[in-house]
Amino acid sequence: MSKWLEPRSSVLDLGCGEGELLEELSNSLAIKGYGIEIGNKNIEACLKKGLNIIQQDIDDGLENIGTKSFETVILSETIHVLKKPDQALKEITRIGKNSIVTIPNFAHWSSRLSLLLKGRMPISGPHPSSWYESENLHICTLKDFEDLCNSLNINIMDRILISSSNKTSTHLNILPNLLSHYAMYKLSD
Amino acid sequence: MMEIGKVIPTKAFIEEKINLECGRDLDSYEIVYETYGNLNAERNNAILICHALSGNHHAAGLNEEGRQGWWHELIGPDKAIDTNKFFIVSPNNLGGCHGTTGPASINPVTNRPFGPDFPVLTVIDWVNSQLKLADLLGIDKWHAVIGGSLGGMQALQWSISYPDRIKKAAIIAAAPKLSAQNIAFNEVARQAIISDPDFHQGRYLENNESPKKGLGLARMVGHITYLSDEAMRNKFGRELREGKLNFGFEVDFQVESYLRHQGDVFSDRFDANTYLLMTKLLDYFDPALENDGDLIKTLSPIQSKILVVSFTTDWRFAPERSKEIVDALLASKKEVSYLEVNSSHGHDSFLFPEERYVNAINAFLTN
Repeated sequence: MSKWLEPRSSVLDLGCGEGELLEELSNSLAIKGYGIEIGNKNIEACLKKGLNIIQQDIDDGLENIGTKSFETVILSETIHVLKKPDQALKEITRIGKNSIVTIPNFAHWSSRLSLLLKGRMPISGPHPSSWYESENLHICTLKDFEDLCNSLNINIMDRILISSSNKTSTHLNILPNLLSHYAMYKLSD
Repeated sequence: MMEIGKVIPTKAFIEEKINLECGRDLDSYEIVYETYGNLNAERNNAILICHALSGNHHAAGLNEEGRQGWWHELIGPDKAIDTNKFFIVSPNNLGGCHGTTGPASINPVTNRPFGPDFPVLTVIDWVNSQLKLADLLGIDKWHAVIGGSLGGMQALQWSISYPDRIKKAAIIAAAPKLSAQNIAFNEVARQAIISDPDFHQGRYLENNESPKKGLGLARMVGHITYLSDEAMRNKFGRELREGKLNFGFEVDFQVESYLRHQGDVFSDRFDANTYLLMTKLLDYFDPALENDGDLIKTLSPIQSKILVVSFTTDWRFAPERSKEIVDALLASKKEVSYLEVNSSHGHDSFLFPEERYVNAINAFLTN
């Protein structure tokens, strides 16, 4: 991700968890980072790291944050738990000059096989919980996500495909939607 | 857990004229304050505690009467504001009535109590006088300035006025300015005092009297705004004091009895002119006024890290009011964190050691 970020630029990480990414980017690129979170323990962990952390529910909207007020907005593995992913995407690309969105790919072959052969909802890396325990509200595939970006007139500037072992590899490009566990997109409106 | 134990207040004599926002000045003044913990050799672990409307310097430990300080739940060894790590300074603000120069003090010019002649102060005046106290104590830079309600407004003003003298600010249950509703409640409180026959245009001390009824009533009104509907429901419900209705206008319900008691206790220990002054000071707080209401511009000098905390049931300074501060700080890319804490205690929540709140303050101060 760091190759998409300018040193000392402003970064807003939506759903930043315990702030690992923000901390890493602060150390490596001296970014001016802010996190948005609703989890109590996550907020406390961020405060302990000395990060800027703001308690806010992304689903309640982001109108309070100015247009193009951040160089980069990050939404990392969060979109599938949001109530309105399309609204969030519009807001993210409004707020950030660039946006980085990482999504788990439900069309990975292992998920497809699980559903096809076992007839059950797949449980895998990006989808670790049983269907009734899962926090997922809007799971999608790479194609679904890219279709949504197109319909919202959001430009996909770049895409990095990620395998199950959290690595990028050129062979994933052969059949991205079948082989990638995750994909990371650089977006702009 | 170790406690702070007995605390003896200190008095600072400030022999330097202070120019006040109202255009008047005071040639000299006294500030009474308490301290907890020890100032380290580098003199960089000092925290200033700013009290709210009816507060005073006794924030922690036990005073001479054996009473606990108003923020004893948060200040002490291993508490949110840890006296093992920090040197905590808690003054009674100028215009107060617990030892610091205020309306009940003797005016050196007339040899009579100032009474209504005491200048109406602002939060900036308070911050300026606290700065003199910092100078006197040899504290170049506060590790943090912390306060709830009106105390939070002082912390905010510190960050704006003296950005290089403060490293962190915790602004708790506060607002960037009062709303019309806030001012309206303060005005009811003031009218209660002023219309008491014992007020004597503010010269009640010279008449050896005190507008206790009016001050008690002012406190009753204020107290309602400090609690939440939920907190009052849980505490009193419709419980009757004598188990039956009396079909008269004396106390029937426990909540009436409680409010009267709060009013009585308060009017015994507080000065009516100080209450008038502090409510006006609250009403006047509006740092963005000089920038035509532009809060973002107003906050632009800030260099300190800021933590803003609000409480879900606080309707006096609701979470939305805290978010105004947060959004403005975010817009100007200041270092800011924000926490909205679930608590049933209304505005008074900032006095209670709710776990998330305690942990957040502690993490913010020590990271």
